[in-house]
Amino acid sequence: MSDSFKSTLAFTIMALLLFAVGIFQSWSLSLTILNLCLISAIMSLGVNIQWGYAGLINIGIMGFAALGGLAAVIVSQSPVVEAWQVGGFGMIVSFFIIVFGVLIIIVIRKKIHTIMLKRFFIFLVIILMMILLNKFYHPAVSAIESVNPAKTGFLGGLGMPIIISWFIGGLLAAGVAWVIGKVTLSLRSDYLAIATLGISEIIIAILKHEDWLARGVKNVTGLPRPVPYEVNLQNTEWFINLVEKINIKSLDRIIDLSEKKDLLRSLVIESSSIFVKLCYSGLIVIVLLIILYLSNRALNSPWGRMMRAIRDNEEAANAMGKNVVKHHLRVFILGSAVVGIAGAMLTTLNGQFTPGSYQPLRFTFLIWIMVIVGGSGNNLGAVLGGFFIWFLWIEAEPISIFFMNLLTSGLSESSFLKSHLTESAPHLRLFIMGFVLLLTLRFRPKGLLPEKVRRV
Amino acid sequence: MTYLIDVINALALLSNFVIIPAIAYGSQLALGALGITLVFGILRFANFSHGDLMAFGTMITILITWLFQSYGLTLGVFPTALIALPFAIIITALFCVLIEKTVYRFYRLQKSPPVILLIASIGVMFIINAIVRVTIGPNDRRFFDGEKFIIKAGQFKEITGLNEGIAIKSTQVLTLIVTIITLLLLFWFLQKTRTGKSMRAFSDNEDLALLSGVNPDKIVLITWILAAALATIAGTLYGLDKSFKPFTYFMILLPIFASAIVGGIGSPIGAVVGGYVIAFSEITLTYAYKKFFIYLLPENLSPTGMVQLLSTDYKFAISFIILVVVLVLRPSGIFRGKTL
Repeated sequence: MSDSFKSTLAFTIMALLLFAVGIFQSWSLSLTILNLCLISAIMSLGVNIQWGYAGLINIGIMGFAALGGLAAVIVSQSPVVEAWQVGGFGMIVSFFIIVFGVLIIIVIRKKIHTIMLKRFFIFLVIILMMILLNKFYHPAVSAIESVNPAKTGFLGGLGMPIIISWFIGGLLAAGVAWVIGKVTLSLRSDYLAIATLGISEIIIAILKHEDWLARGVKNVTGLPRPVPYEVNLQNTEWFINLVEKINIKSLDRIIDLSEKKDLLRSLVIESSSIFVKLCYSGLIVIVLLIILYLSNRALNSPWGRMMRAIRDNEEAANAMGKNVVKHHLRVFILGSAVVGIAGAMLTTLNGQFTPGSYQPLRFTFLIWIMVIVGGSGNNLGAVLGGFFIWFLWIEAEPISIFFMNLLTSGLSESSFLKSHLTESAPHLRLFIMGFVLLLTLRFRPKGLLPEKVRRV
Repeated sequence: MTYLIDVINALALLSNFVIIPAIAYGSQLALGALGITLVFGILRFANFSHGDLMAFGTMITILITWLFQSYGLTLGVFPTALIALPFAIIITALFCVLIEKTVYRFYRLQKSPPVILLIASIGVMFIINAIVRVTIGPNDRRFFDGEKFIIKAGQFKEITGLNEGIAIKSTQVLTLIVTIITLLLLFWFLQKTRTGKSMRAFSDNEDLALLSGVNPDKIVLITWILAAALATIAGTLYGLDKSFKPFTYFMILLPIFASAIVGGIGSPIGAVVGGYVIAFSEITLTYAYKKFFIYLLPENLSPTGMVQLLSTDYKFAISFIILVVVLVLRPSGIFRGKTL
């Protein structure tokens, strides 16, 4: 089987599965799954850039996805003028205090060579920074958070169309990745994994507790949409006409006029939600295709070849004069930016930003399973992994409930074991995920669509 | 004289809210970190499933405790979980050996890079997580019975006549005693017995140990049994002291990693010290010292703010911050670990 045939086959099966959901469950559900599959595919492309191209283990995906979400809030929300008036000055001063503090510490690290003296001065600067921040930051925070806390209580954003945040989210994630990469990329691979896991938890902790930034656990809901609203669509002339045209056959069968009108009405309502989801799918597909095209170009370029060389033998690449740490940093930033874009898209799709919902199992480890199962080092494989694993993640629940019912069919209705097992069936999806990962790792370690090995 | 009483009051306050809880929490972290460190020292990979292994062990303890309780078997003032613990250790050890045989052994024999084992441990993490949630459910469970307090704050005040009371929970003392016994046994095993010595040799230099006739399969099995025992003890003590919830046990993985790395991963003494370092920093950095300073300083110098270095919101993040700082500044940890 040639490679292209294999991937065509895999994606055809995937499409058939989604069609099956549409026919047997509902088209609306099928499209919801499809949209999240697409976003997962972008996230796993990001991880694939880091792990597949360069062999970097980043177990902090969750943090970058959340940063993308933050960007969606900051870009789309309109600024809270009152909050800026009461606390804006303090915030700006605090920002400069931190920037200057960090700059001074960097200078101290470079200029002073006695270790004891160096540590003493750094300690001094940090204490000084904390005292100054106490003067400016805390009053500003409480001032901002007390401005209409039920509705705002944060600085607000830029009031721009939310679609811009997809770009900004990538930039924000890239900026943070630069800082994190500078600090951690010299670590050994398993230390890097633990460090990034810790950093992503820190990012989430900050997003949860710094209410002035994006309302913390109070959540920001009702983000503006880049696509039309269902209610508006239902009253639009051309949309109603379109629905009428598509369903002309079933409509014609009904003779009674008022009945016909009712049916048309319900059809319009149903199609409006499907139309909105299709609009999202269209937007996400465009982004996915752009990123996929660029990643493939990068992978096949001399740069991609060099990255693979570094991945496969770091010492040899180093001896050939490649600056391993520098290239690792670049690839780390690129991959994180892609995850940030996907994170912003996810928040846009959900229409809300809820820092409490970011959990490592769902946002970090699941994405990793996508990449490993799909095929690390192969972009199409990563996309397929994103589709397949997300589909499984959603459909695992009905499947496990079905199996639990089958398993317990011999037990009586009132049995404690039966009710307990059927109740806990949803948790079986974790089991299925772990099992799929272990099976892949054991029997198909290169994934469903393995990386192409080029020989000269 | 009154100033002396103020000082004693301040110390009592500090012991009640900082020192005693930190010792208990630190012991639990230390036991967890020892498991991570042993696995790292012998198998050379960071085991992401250790937090869930702790949850599994605790779950077995709880199930056996319920079984005993249903037969009316209790330990009086002590929690019933203490008699359930040995049985739970045996079952968890068997479970670990099963995982080793079905999952890890294959990669070990293939000499896969540690990263692959790390990813496999993520798969194992998902599976154990599912088993625990399916068996006992995702909710909070309290399984402590027996006498809750050794001394209550009110009693302490009455006896000593101080303003500040010290409350000592029996689980805190229990944690400390069990930890000391476990550590003594473990270090005796590693230092004095033949198997322990061969484990240390294997961890120090695998090839040399193999040449000297050390059986790697036996070493690995014993490592997993020890890791299972430590995880079960740590998890049960934590559950007795606070409560059992599968998600909390997943989240405790990071402080445990932090403890193991701060002390120097692969070094057992480092893991113990690291556990206490993390616990003390978490609690001392987020404690509000206002009352403490009111006792110590003259009235005109009394602090107006809370005198809190970090808000309690960030209690959990502190261990990650320490972890990242240590990884960056001194990746080998306090004890320059790598070998047992």
